Amino acid sequence: MAGVASSSRQRSKIAPYLMILPALVYLGIFFVIPFFTLARTSLSSTGGSVFLPTLTFSCDSATYAEAFSHYRDQIIRSFTYAGVATVLCLLMAFPLAYVIAFKAGRFKNLILGLVILPFFVTFLIRTIAWKTILADDGWVVSALGAVGLLPEEGRLLSTSWAVIGGLTYNWIIFMILPLYVSLEKIDPRLIEASKDLYSSNTRAFRKVILPLSMPGVLAGSMLVFIPAVGDFINADYLGSTQTTMIGNVIQKQFLVVKDYPNAAALSMVLMVIILVGVLLYTRALGTEDLV
Amino acid sequence: MTTQAGAAVTTAVDQVDQPPKTVKGNPKWGDWILRFVAALVLLYLFLPIFVIILFSFNDPQGKFNYSWQGFTLKNWADPFKYPALTDALKLSLNVAAVSTAIALVFGTLVAIALVRQRFRGKTAVDTFLVIPLTAPEVVMGAALLTLFLNLNWATGYSTIVIAHVAFEISFIAMTVRARVRGFDWTLEDASMDLGASPTRTFFKVTLPLIVPGIIAAAMLSFALSLDDFIITYFVSGSTVTYPLYVNAAVKAAVPPQINVLATAILVISLVLLALGTLVRRKQVT
Repeated sequence: MAGVASSSRQRSKIAPYLMILPALVYLGIFFVIPFFTLARTSLSSTGGSVFLPTLTFSCDSATYAEAFSHYRDQIIRSFTYAGVATVLCLLMAFPLAYVIAFKAGRFKNLILGLVILPFFVTFLIRTIAWKTILADDGWVVSALGAVGLLPEEGRLLSTSWAVIGGLTYNWIIFMILPLYVSLEKIDPRLIEASKDLYSSNTRAFRKVILPLSMPGVLAGSMLVFIPAVGDFINADYLGSTQTTMIGNVIQKQFLVVKDYPNAAALSMVLMVIILVGVLLYTRALGTEDLV
Repeated sequence: MTTQAGAAVTTAVDQVDQPPKTVKGNPKWGDWILRFVAALVLLYLFLPIFVIILFSFNDPQGKFNYSWQGFTLKNWADPFKYPALTDALKLSLNVAAVSTAIALVFGTLVAIALVRQRFRGKTAVDTFLVIPLTAPEVVMGAALLTLFLNLNWATGYSTIVIAHVAFEISFIAMTVRARVRGFDWTLEDASMDLGASPTRTFFKVTLPLIVPGIIAAAMLSFALSLDDFIITYFVSGSTVTYPLYVNAAVKAAVPPQINVLATAILVISLVLLALGTLVRRKQVT
């Protein structure tokens, strides 16, 4: 702690390193090394019983071939669901964030508080609530059936749309907040200037607001997409066997089947695809102030 | 809240104290449509919450509290009817407190070093701290599990705490850093020019400046730990935390007490949030 108190004139050279060391060592052991053990496990083979499996490193990459051939559907499904959910989040979050930033006036803080409030309830319990809302004998299904939007005997629960809806709901907050932050930073005089220069509302939106809100769109889509791709709760609670995602497979292979090498290979595949995707996405949209 | 929440929440909350700014002009039709859509989205955010609160008063006939049967107050009269649920909640509170306390030390030290000190490799440390915030939870959980498997470390309470500390450090570091950036640190020099020792300066000047940031970070970290399911699921062994209990209940039986406790937690956080805002207002004025 001495380093904190030392004045700027007589700053110790090693103090900052002593301060960052504990956290870096901790994250090194419990965040970085796990990824190496994950890679190692993915190239191992299992022996022993289901109750006491043993791992032997064998540099066998057959697990990767299996990951792609066996679980191709789940991989494609995960990325499709997460992609659709991200777009839905963006479409719903934008009007709300826009109204909070520009139209809410003195109610701004109140509305922001209201937006955050639902997320004080455990994510699992919120998903259970959606199970009730979308149930076959629920009012949503009967209302949609009555106006003819849902065929007779049609259901919402256990469909792809229920899973996508759940993913959208659970991560929309991570779209709303970054969007709000980037919209809030826009100087309203820029919008007035564009109108003074005879641009229409639509044009002002397209040429001023949208480009300036891009950092929020970028951060928000990543904050929604990444956790949504790996999620298995929504598919588990709201979906069926036809809607399983890659997270469900990883979870099952690790904790139920205990086929560690296979599960580890799948996790590696998921992580690499996400990393490459994030790199391409940020390359395309720019990386300024991501966090 | 899931793990990615923190950064976004922190930045948004930091903006709150700014004066409202509104684009002038007469509201037009498009404006009203926009407001209407925003109101609908807000309603959508609250729909499950209404259901959760409503169903805490339900009197379910079977094992599952999924469809409305009738109004009753008996769930609220007996919120701790299921000892396993209460124990799971207690364990979660314990894990949240212990892991937050540990992560607070690591995270705060890093944050202060990043804001206060100039050193080689600062940008690299910055980037490194962000990575855990963007890793998918299922992969983080799986990776940690393989570490414990390779070490033949039996999963349980200790591994849950270790995992929680691992994802909390980054959040705490980011939150504290965001809060203490831009403070007038020459106050420290002033204190020492006036003859205070470095220790005295730390306790009388530095600490009071950074404490609000640390409290905000601790609250966020506590909430994240309490709510974490995915990572915990991988490293818990046979230990059952509150979210794990809820997950097991979905497969076996969902008692309305789950809704009662969820509603209670919501109300308690609301009160804490309101108190926090009041305290901050007082400090400002």
